[in-house]
Amino acid sequence: MATAQAAQTAAPAPDSAAIPNVSREELLTYYREMLLIRRFEEKAGQLYGMGLIGGFCHLYIGQEAVVVGLEAAAEEGDKRVTSYRDHGHMLACGMDAKGVMAELTGRIGGYSKGKGGSMHMFSKERHFYGGHGIVAAQVPIGAGLAFADKYLDNGRVTFTYFGDGAANQGQVYETYNMAQLWSLPVVFVIENNQYAMGTSVKRSTMSRTYWERGAAYGIAGEEVDGMDVLAVKAAGQRAVEHCRAGNGPYILEVKTYRYRGHSMSDPAKYRTREEVQKMKDERDPIEHVRSILLTGNHATEDDLKAIDREIKDIVNEAAEFSKESPEPDVSELWTDIVA
Amino acid sequence: MATNILMPALSPTMEEGTLARWLKKEGDPIKSGDILAEIETDKATMEFEAVDEGTLGKILVPEGTEGVKVNAPIAVLLAEGEDASAAEAPATPAPSASAGEGSVPIPSPLKGSEGRAEPTPADTPAPVPAEPKAPVTPDYPEGTATRTMTVREALREAMTEEMRRDDTVFLMGEEVGEYQGAYKISQGLLDEFGPKRVIDTPITEYGFAGIGVGAAFGGLKPIVEFMTFNFAMQAMDHIINSAAKTLYMSGGQMGCPIVFRGPNGAAARVAAQHSQDYAAWFMQVPGLRVVMPYSAADAKGLMKTAIRDPNPVIFLENEILYGRSFEVPEMDDFTIPFGKAKIERAGSDVTLVSFGIGMTYALQAAEELARQGVEAEVINLRSLRPMDLPTVIESVKKTNRCITIEEGWPQGSVGSYIGSQIMREAFDYLDAPVISLTGKDVPMPYAANLEKLALITVAEVIDAVKQVTYR
Repeated sequence: MATAQAAQTAAPAPDSAAIPNVSREELLTYYREMLLIRRFEEKAGQLYGMGLIGGFCHLYIGQEAVVVGLEAAAEEGDKRVTSYRDHGHMLACGMDAKGVMAELTGRIGGYSKGKGGSMHMFSKERHFYGGHGIVAAQVPIGAGLAFADKYLDNGRVTFTYFGDGAANQGQVYETYNMAQLWSLPVVFVIENNQYAMGTSVKRSTMSRTYWERGAAYGIAGEEVDGMDVLAVKAAGQRAVEHCRAGNGPYILEVKTYRYRGHSMSDPAKYRTREEVQKMKDERDPIEHVRSILLTGNHATEDDLKAIDREIKDIVNEAAEFSKESPEPDVSELWTDIVA
Repeated sequence: MATNILMPALSPTMEEGTLARWLKKEGDPIKSGDILAEIETDKATMEFEAVDEGTLGKILVPEGTEGVKVNAPIAVLLAEGEDASAAEAPATPAPSASAGEGSVPIPSPLKGSEGRAEPTPADTPAPVPAEPKAPVTPDYPEGTATRTMTVREALREAMTEEMRRDDTVFLMGEEVGEYQGAYKISQGLLDEFGPKRVIDTPITEYGFAGIGVGAAFGGLKPIVEFMTFNFAMQAMDHIINSAAKTLYMSGGQMGCPIVFRGPNGAAARVAAQHSQDYAAWFMQVPGLRVVMPYSAADAKGLMKTAIRDPNPVIFLENEILYGRSFEVPEMDDFTIPFGKAKIERAGSDVTLVSFGIGMTYALQAAEELARQGVEAEVINLRSLRPMDLPTVIESVKKTNRCITIEEGWPQGSVGSYIGSQIMREAFDYLDAPVISLTGKDVPMPYAANLEKLALITVAEVIDAVKQVTYR
């Protein structure tokens, strides 16, 4: 089990000697993927401010290490399903930034032809099953995907992501019960960013170690430092191994932190600016990898600047595409209702 | 290159706001994520974060300014190496640059409504054709041998045939396996198909409906049995939000081939929480198929179609009908398409439209009326979505009178929808108002005499026919 308090308190300065066996290429990949999510989300926030993105828009900034670490533990063909805070998951599983951004702007070039929006995107090709807007509804759906995999005996695993808010929903426990009963290959990933919209964990439950709730159903699990991509990956590998070996579900409670509001219209009155700043200064997941790369002499400032520029180009290209792609034709109103 | 920082929209409805306070001053270095200012909207005071890095060159809108329009430049951000003189002539004239991108943040809800008139909705029946349509084709060729069987046997046979035909079809629900089905619909299936394909669930409708939906996304064809549809209320979110809407929300990428089935409507003496007809509820939802068989042939043909259909299907059975016997054709592969009504009895004086158990009242009334010299045409809708309105309209054009019959409640009933469609499509043909006969507008009582009163009766149908035929 990983350290329980890691995400809550400041980590010591990264010490390259303590880094597990990880290659330079891997580190650079994590750096690049996390940076892509952050810059993409910042751009999305900017486009929202310009009125190009409407409605709800939930940003993933601060939580990047969770999906990047877990994707590093996944194999081709494994599935993933999540809530409405889904942009990071899509980018991390290899969906195209242009298609995601164009969906945010409601254009025909978006993954759902502009009909789903920020909260509802899917990609059969990348095994991404949404993008669900009702809190915790994706949890039984994820178990159902795993049910299909087990039925088809294809050796696949499903990552089912949900937050600390969703973790109090009744259907989560109905699902735990059946997932363990039927030994389904599903990793339940609780992204505990400590706030369910504006309600802190402390104000919503007396049972605050969410992963331990699985014990009531016989499900194994652990807590993970979600600001450390290497810790997330290592835990992800343990979880996937457990599932693939036919041992049924596994719970990862990943302690993370969201820098931005719940959605774009969040006045952020439920936490102090100092609390947010402290996380940014001391526990930033991207800075963490950056510092390992630099202090271990695995990369130079110039190497990282080159990656920054590369990411900036991808994001700018996505933003341009999302503005240029036309709105869906009015005939699309009536398509895709029934197959 | 200097760039303008624009007044952000911080809520879906914000058009302008007050720049309450600057937290950075001119000359300050800015990092992405720094809080630049506090902005008051109509709802709250919010923090405004920097996206780009640089130096705050010039503040264009001083703090305390009210009514700052969204997208108006509020400051100038200098890039590395630039000095304040660049701030005098910002490189990007922001308001005009973004004007074409819609400075009104929320697209008008009316946008695109011009599309409404033109295309025929994919999921609603086509407009009624002007010319009389071809007579309804029979479900199976004349002369086909038939077998007498109960609705229960027909449902079981349909599921068995489809499970033999397609390995990805499986049945899950409470007591479907070892108990052999709470109403014995799944009797024998566990023996033939084993526990991998006939799965007993715990009593957790919300959870197993969601697992069924996920399994359908994952490539299987689940049949989810609700012991009764009353319990499906706990699973409503997955039926509507997860199953019915995903094809649309995914732009056509991901459908949900699943059948939700079980007894619906009043049984006998089981009181309010176990006696409700949900036909009108489900019928309202785009993305769902909704069927309600009456006879054993309906049950068999529609169930086979439902299991093969690529969409979520609500299959509303009736406990009282389970034991009734009907003729079912002896065919290798008997199916009934959705959206095809059946004229159960031809007549010229009045059209009776019903479905499911409502058909028993309609047909009994028609027999009694025939003895009194009134010939009723009785239409069995079978599918409620899509609904075969053309068959109803054609009949009304002939009889000039219509009565709808269902067990559900009156307000927002299936009949009220049919009545409105008849008024739109056949107003000039009507010789009397359309009457929508429904169950009474009360929760189902337990007492035998009151329960009888709450349900529809044959006498009520006959009375209504007399009203519209002015007898």
